[in-house]
Amino acid sequence: MTDVTDDLVLAEAPREPWTARAVRRLAHGPAYVVMAAIGLFWLVPTIGLFIASLRTAADNSQSGWWRALTAPSQLTLDNYQKLLDNQRITDSLWNSVAITVPTVVLLVLIAAMAAYAFAFVRFPGRDAVFLLVVGLLVVPLQVALIPIAQLYGDLGIFGSIPSVVLFHVAFGMPFAVFLLRNFFLGIPGELLEAARMDGASELTVFLRVVLPLGIPAIASLAIFQFLWVWNDLLVALVFADTGAAPITVAIREQTRQFGSNIDVIAPGAFVSMVVPLIVFFSFQRYFVQGLLAGSQK
Amino acid sequence: MTPEAELVGSSGRHVAGKELALALLFLVPAMLLLVVWLVYPVVFTVVRSLFDAAGGSFIGLENYGEMFTNDSTLTAIKNNAVWVVVGPTLVTAVGLVFAVLTERIPFDRAFKAIVFMPMAISFLASGVIFRLVYESDPDRGVLNAMVTAVEDVFREPGRYPGGRPVDPEQLTVEGDGFISDALFSTGDTAELGLIGIRPALVDEEAQPAEVPAPPSDGLSGVVWLDFTAGGGSERGVIDAGEVGLVGVNIEAVSADGSVAGRASTDDAGRFLIDGLDPGEYRLRLTGSAFREPFGGYEWLGPTLVTPAVIGSFIWIWAGFAMVLIAAGLAAIPRETMEAARVDGANEWQVFQRVTVPLLRPVLLVVLVTLVINVLKIFDLVLIIPPGSVQDDATVLALEMWRVSFGGAQDQGLGSALGVFLFLLVLPAMAFNLRRFRAEEQ
Repeated sequence: MTDVTDDLVLAEAPREPWTARAVRRLAHGPAYVVMAAIGLFWLVPTIGLFIASLRTAADNSQSGWWRALTAPSQLTLDNYQKLLDNQRITDSLWNSVAITVPTVVLLVLIAAMAAYAFAFVRFPGRDAVFLLVVGLLVVPLQVALIPIAQLYGDLGIFGSIPSVVLFHVAFGMPFAVFLLRNFFLGIPGELLEAARMDGASELTVFLRVVLPLGIPAIASLAIFQFLWVWNDLLVALVFADTGAAPITVAIREQTRQFGSNIDVIAPGAFVSMVVPLIVFFSFQRYFVQGLLAGSQK
Repeated sequence: MTPEAELVGSSGRHVAGKELALALLFLVPAMLLLVVWLVYPVVFTVVRSLFDAAGGSFIGLENYGEMFTNDSTLTAIKNNAVWVVVGPTLVTAVGLVFAVLTERIPFDRAFKAIVFMPMAISFLASGVIFRLVYESDPDRGVLNAMVTAVEDVFREPGRYPGGRPVDPEQLTVEGDGFISDALFSTGDTAELGLIGIRPALVDEEAQPAEVPAPPSDGLSGVVWLDFTAGGGSERGVIDAGEVGLVGVNIEAVSADGSVAGRASTDDAGRFLIDGLDPGEYRLRLTGSAFREPFGGYEWLGPTLVTPAVIGSFIWIWAGFAMVLIAAGLAAIPRETMEAARVDGANEWQVFQRVTVPLLRPVLLVVLVTLVINVLKIFDLVLIIPPGSVQDDATVLALEMWRVSFGGAQDQGLGSALGVFLFLLVLPAMAFNLRRFRAEEQ
């Protein structure tokens, strides 16, 4: 991308003497080396966790993971085998799915409906209400933990998976509505008008016109929220009881005795990373777009 | 429905109330969630913060008073201040440098993916990763392994770390090494016994210690390990089976403190400093043999723990800053920079005078986003510091959780902490609202 624009600009700009160009090319040499070194440096911690997860607790307590680079016989899948036999961990992985998927579906649906109303319906006080939504974007969830815990207690749903889901849906709502409304505003009004002329109801316009056109933004939002909820620790720590605990909470329980539980913690942490990493690398573009939309729009 | 309500794109035509009601109905679920889970809790928490731990009695602002006097909450406030000042600035700076440099390398996509990857994984997983990185034992923690590798190049550790004189009267500590109290005359033979050296460190080819013959000119002697496995060693005497220490550097020091001659011990621990002017000298065992290897830093000790956790924060968020700034960079007209270059500006001047000022709005957005996130930092501080150091590393969000849901169950103080956090993000809220209004116009 940037290379192309560079070339275009260079072609139009007055040509610099070849000596200057040669000096600049040479000046890029150190940049290559430095950037490659930084990239490696950024990668090493994760590689470390991965290799540590393939070594026995005894090996890990004796020497660093890099010893396995020269002694590959240390590597074993035993930790992973034990992890998958560990009911507490496998249950928590399912809980992570059971919390994350409904959250994303509910959030996208409810936020898209609200965004539709904000983008395409004029009603009194609309701008004021939307301003409230923008204001709520930064409310720290800490401020809601105590009252919502009490509310859940009164309703008798404290500790359940739905209680966690509802909290996530609500706290994801300002960003979701904000993102989708801004995107929907870019959809030409004539498309909606044409559908209405054909006698389509508002519901049909929403489902058949706006949602399909909003797919890029919806995908960004869904991926963003998926990662956010899958990776959450605090909300689950407060609201999920043992039976509803997601993988993050299950691993957190082990970190109290970090050294002695490393054979569970390291593979557990890595398993918890696999899902977000797959999602991230498959949909990197959407994720980045969501991020850009969230902080620049 | 009110008459001014109408559908966009309906060119002034009033739409049937039924459809409008349906459209407004679209708002109800979202609004319900926002009111019950966000708006009501803010009000409730403010009120709750004025009540005691159990919530039974009104105590005014006492919880806030406690927040600013209580040791652990005060530590949390101080640490949060450090976080807010240091974290976002460093992340933005690193992101800016990365964004600019990625424009000059052919593998920019791979670089961006690698640096951005930590954003995709949980803070918990990052915390686990960095707990391993910061392990203080250089044999286990990769950071200390790297630091000690570099350190040892510049200050090579000795071959006999821990070695010390068997007779502290004979040799006294001087730096990493030792110097004799007594004076030796030329022609003397010194017997210098050492202990405290792990037998494994003594070379396998080490020979039984031997006292050399007195030299004709100069000083000679032996340095040996005055220790017999299994006991029975007589102190200060070379017993059978005790070995000489090879490679210890000895200096003869004259009365004025200058070094008159030097030598190194052989396989049997013998040394000979010849060519000395007749006279009296003190003997020095230089520190090079006894220097302890650098043990690495206590990253997760009470003093370094907050900087260490901030380090992991940079690792996670640098990619975020880089991607946003790179997007901003792509939007800058290339001509501006090219023009500056053609005018003879060097790369640093272009960066400083053209790139950064043009990026100001993006940098501000990145900074504000990071400040909001830093204020609420929780997972990393919960996971990375070992339990014993958590009190030194604690921050507001962690303290809020510990106070409200941990052992204390003081939801009055917890609410006060929640309100305090809320007040701290208000400027960011104002920033967002102002920017939003400006963009809507």
